Amino acid sequence: MSKPIPTNAGAKIAKWQGGLAVAMVGALSLPAMAQTDADTITAVMHSGLRVLDPIITTAHITRNHGYMIYDVLLASDEEFNPQPQMADWEVSDDGLVYTFRLREGLTFHDGEPVTAADVVASLQRWGERDSGGQLIFDVTESLEASDDRTVTWTLSEPFAPLVEVLAKQSAVPPFIMPARIAETSADSSISEHIGSGPFRFVEEEYEPGVSVTYERFEDYVPREEEPSWMAGGKVVNVERVVWTTMPDAQTAVNALSAGEIDYIEQVQVDLLPILESNPDVVVETRDPYGYQTMGRLNFKHPPFDDKQIRQAALMALNQEDVLAAMMGDPEHYEVCGAIFGCNTPLADDTGSETLTGGGDPEGARQLLEEAGYDGTPVVLMQPTDVSSLTAQPVVAAQALRNAGFEVDMQPMDWQTLVNRRASMSAPDDGGWNIFFTNWMVPEITSPLISVMLNGRGEEGWFGWPEDERLEELRAEFIAAESLEEQQEVARKLQAHTLDEVIYIPLGQYNMPQARRDNLTDMIPSPVPVFWNVQKQ
Amino acid sequence: MLGYIIRRVLAVVPVMVIVALFVFLMLRLTPGDPAAILAGDSATPAQLDRIRENLGLNEPLHTQFIGWVTQMFRGDLGVSLISKTPVSTMIGQRIWPTLNIAVLTITLSVLIAIPMGVIAAWRHRSWVDYAVMTFSVLGFSVPVFVIGYVFIQIFAIELRWFPVQGYMAPSRDFVGFLQRAVLPAFTLATIYVALIARMTRASMLDVLGEDYVRTARAKGLRENVVLFRHALRNAAVPIMTIIGTGFALLIAGVVVTESVFNIPGVGRLTVDAILARDYPVIQAMILLTAGLYVLVNLVIDISYTLIDPRIRY
Repeated sequence: MSKPIPTNAGAKIAKWQGGLAVAMVGALSLPAMAQTDADTITAVMHSGLRVLDPIITTAHITRNHGYMIYDVLLASDEEFNPQPQMADWEVSDDGLVYTFRLREGLTFHDGEPVTAADVVASLQRWGERDSGGQLIFDVTESLEASDDRTVTWTLSEPFAPLVEVLAKQSAVPPFIMPARIAETSADSSISEHIGSGPFRFVEEEYEPGVSVTYERFEDYVPREEEPSWMAGGKVVNVERVVWTTMPDAQTAVNALSAGEIDYIEQVQVDLLPILESNPDVVVETRDPYGYQTMGRLNFKHPPFDDKQIRQAALMALNQEDVLAAMMGDPEHYEVCGAIFGCNTPLADDTGSETLTGGGDPEGARQLLEEAGYDGTPVVLMQPTDVSSLTAQPVVAAQALRNAGFEVDMQPMDWQTLVNRRASMSAPDDGGWNIFFTNWMVPEITSPLISVMLNGRGEEGWFGWPEDERLEELRAEFIAAESLEEQQEVARKLQAHTLDEVIYIPLGQYNMPQARRDNLTDMIPSPVPVFWNVQKQ
Repeated sequence: MLGYIIRRVLAVVPVMVIVALFVFLMLRLTPGDPAAILAGDSATPAQLDRIRENLGLNEPLHTQFIGWVTQMFRGDLGVSLISKTPVSTMIGQRIWPTLNIAVLTITLSVLIAIPMGVIAAWRHRSWVDYAVMTFSVLGFSVPVFVIGYVFIQIFAIELRWFPVQGYMAPSRDFVGFLQRAVLPAFTLATIYVALIARMTRASMLDVLGEDYVRTARAKGLRENVVLFRHALRNAAVPIMTIIGTGFALLIAGVVVTESVFNIPGVGRLTVDAILARDYPVIQAMILLTAGLYVLVNLVIDISYTLIDPRIRY
C-alpha cells in the first residue's frame, strides 16, 4: 500500500480539538461554584425517602420525615422523660382517664387549625399499626374529643407507661395529621402530606428516592422551652432543608469536602480519615446511644426449638469479634449485654457474661452434646447488600461452627431476606434458623417498644417464640408505677430473655455524622432534626 | 421504505408482548416483597399480609397480569407500590438527566473519536496510531467508576474546575448543567471514544486501500476531502451501528456513573426499584428499555440508506 500524501489535515484536527477543550474548561470552570445557598441546608441522609406515610412504615427515614412535617402530642427529652409538645396532660387519680389539652396556635400547613378530632383520628390510625399503641387500645374504653382542644382517653384498666409510649421517638411515633387524612386505612399509604410541624413538605420538588425539599412553616409556633431531643422549642433558622440521596458514600464525602453539601447523617467509618483531615468539616457522634446489633433465632423449627441448643448458640457468640468485624475502630462500638441498651434507664446485663466476655465455645460444645444435637444444619441468612449487616453473619457462622454447629450460610439480598424471614416453613423448605438486624437504641429501650420482646407466637415478630412468662412480665411492666418498679421488672425481663434466648444482643455501635463547620447548634438526638440548627 | 418502517414498527408488538410476559413472570418468581419494604423492619407477618392484600399482591397471577396489560393499553404505567407516585411521573423526572448526559456523551465521543480513528488509520503504524490504540485499550479496560473518581479527584477536588456531583436541568440553568455534566460525560465518553475510535480506524483502514481513494488522490483532491468525504462516508455503516447501540446502552446501563456523580437518572431508578421489588416501576423500565433498543435499531437501519445509497429496503 502506498504511503498517504502528507498534508496538514491531522494537525488542523488536533488543534481544533485542543481549542475546544480549552474553551469548554474556560467557560465552565467558574470560581466559588461549590458553595451552597446560605438559607438552605443540603443534607445527605442515610437512605432515600420513598415512603411518605410515617404510620404505615417503621423505616427510619420516613420517621425522620415525619418529625420534619408533623408534630406530636408529647415528646421524649434526652433523659427519656415525656414532655408536653402539642399538648399538656393530666391523669385521674385512679390512672384510668388521661386528658390532653392542645396548646394554642397549632395550625396545619393547609391553614386549618389543629383540633381534638384530628388528634383522635391520628391516634386511632397509629394504634392500629404500632405495637405499643395496640397494647393501649387493648385497654381503651373510649378516646374522644371533649371539645375542640381537649382529648379524653378513658381506659378500662390502668396503663402506667401510657405517656411514655405516646412520647417515644421510634419506631412509630404518633404523628398528628388532619382527620380526613388520618381516616385512611392503616394498611394503605396516605396520599396527602399535611402536618402541623415546623417544616412544610414541598410536594412539587419531591423525587422519590432522590430528593425531598422542606420549607420553613411560617405559622409554626414553637414552645418556649429549650430543645432537648424531640422535646422543647422547635425554632427553625433556615428557609429550606433539602435531603438528597447519594448512593455512593465516597461521592457524599467528596461533596461535603468541596462544600457542595452541608451535612452527612451517617459516614462510613472507613471514609472518616478523609473528612477528619478537612479543617472545614466537623465529624462527631450525634447520638449518644447509637444502634444495637442482634441475632434472632427461629423457635418453630429444629435445632432452635430446643432451649438448650439456643443457649449453646448464645454461648458460642462473642460480641467483641462481631463488633470489630463490623466497625473496626473500637471508638465506634461498645460491648453491651443489656437487651434495653447500655446507659438507658432500664439497662441491666444479667445473663450476658459469655457474650460480653469473649464467648465460651467449649461450654457451648458441651451444651450441644447434652442437648443431643444431631447435626441439623443451621440455615443462617446472610444479606450481601446492606453494609451494616454483612459482617455479623460471617463472624457468627464461624463462631457457631467452632462450637460444633453445622452451619449453612446462605447469601441473599436484603429484600429476599425480609421475604424469607416471614416464612414459617421448615428451613430446608424456604424457611430459616437465624438472621441478624440492627435497631436504634431508642427502639429497644422498653418492653413496650421492642418488637422482639413479644411472646405471642405467630402473632409476634419473626422467630415466633411462644412464651407466657414473657407476656406476664410485659403485663407486670405495664402495671409498674415508678421507675424503680419498672427497673425491677426489666431485670427479670433481661434474665428471662437471655435464658430463653428470645434474641441475642451483639453489642452497640455508632455511625458518626459530619457537617460543614458553618452549620452550628445541631441537637444531639438519635433522630437527626433540623430545627435549632443555624447556618452561618 | 415507508412499508419497511411500518413493518418494522408492527414487529415491535410481539417483541414487547414477549418482554412484558417474561418480565412479569420473572419478577413474581423472584423472592422479595414490596409490602416488607413498605412496612419496615418491625411489621408483624399479619400486618404484612394486610398490606399485601391492599396492594393487590394476593390476587392470582393471571388477574394481576391482565390488570397490568389492560392498564398499559390505556397508556397508564401504574403507580409505584412504594412511593405511590405515578410511574410515568417518576420516569418523566428521571429520563431527562439520563438523556441529556447521554446526548452530551455521544456528541463528545463522536467529536473526539472519529477524528482520532481517521488520523490513526491515515497514519497507520505511526506513533499516532499506536497512541490511539493504546488509549482505546485503556479506555475500554479501566472500569468507569475508577475513571470517574480520578476525574473527580483531579478536576473537582484539586483544581476545583467543576462540582464533585449533582445535576442541573439545562432548562433551568444551561451553564450549570454543563458544569455538572462535563465530568460524567467525559467519564462515560472514555469508553465510547475508545470503542468508536477503534471501529473508525478499522473501518477506515479497509476503505483507504480501495481504488477510488487512490483515484481521488490522483485527481489532486485535498487530503482532508479524501479522508472525510470519500473514505469516511464509505466507512460509516459500522461506525453508525456502534454509535447507535452505544446510545441505547447509555440510556439503559449507566447506573455506576449515575451513582458516582449523583445523577438522578433512570439507571438508578431501575436498580432502586429492583431492590425494593417495586413491580410497576421495574416492568415499565424494562419495557421502555426494550422499546428503546427496537427504536434505535430502526433508526440505525434507516440511517444506512442515507449514508449508503446502495442500501435499499
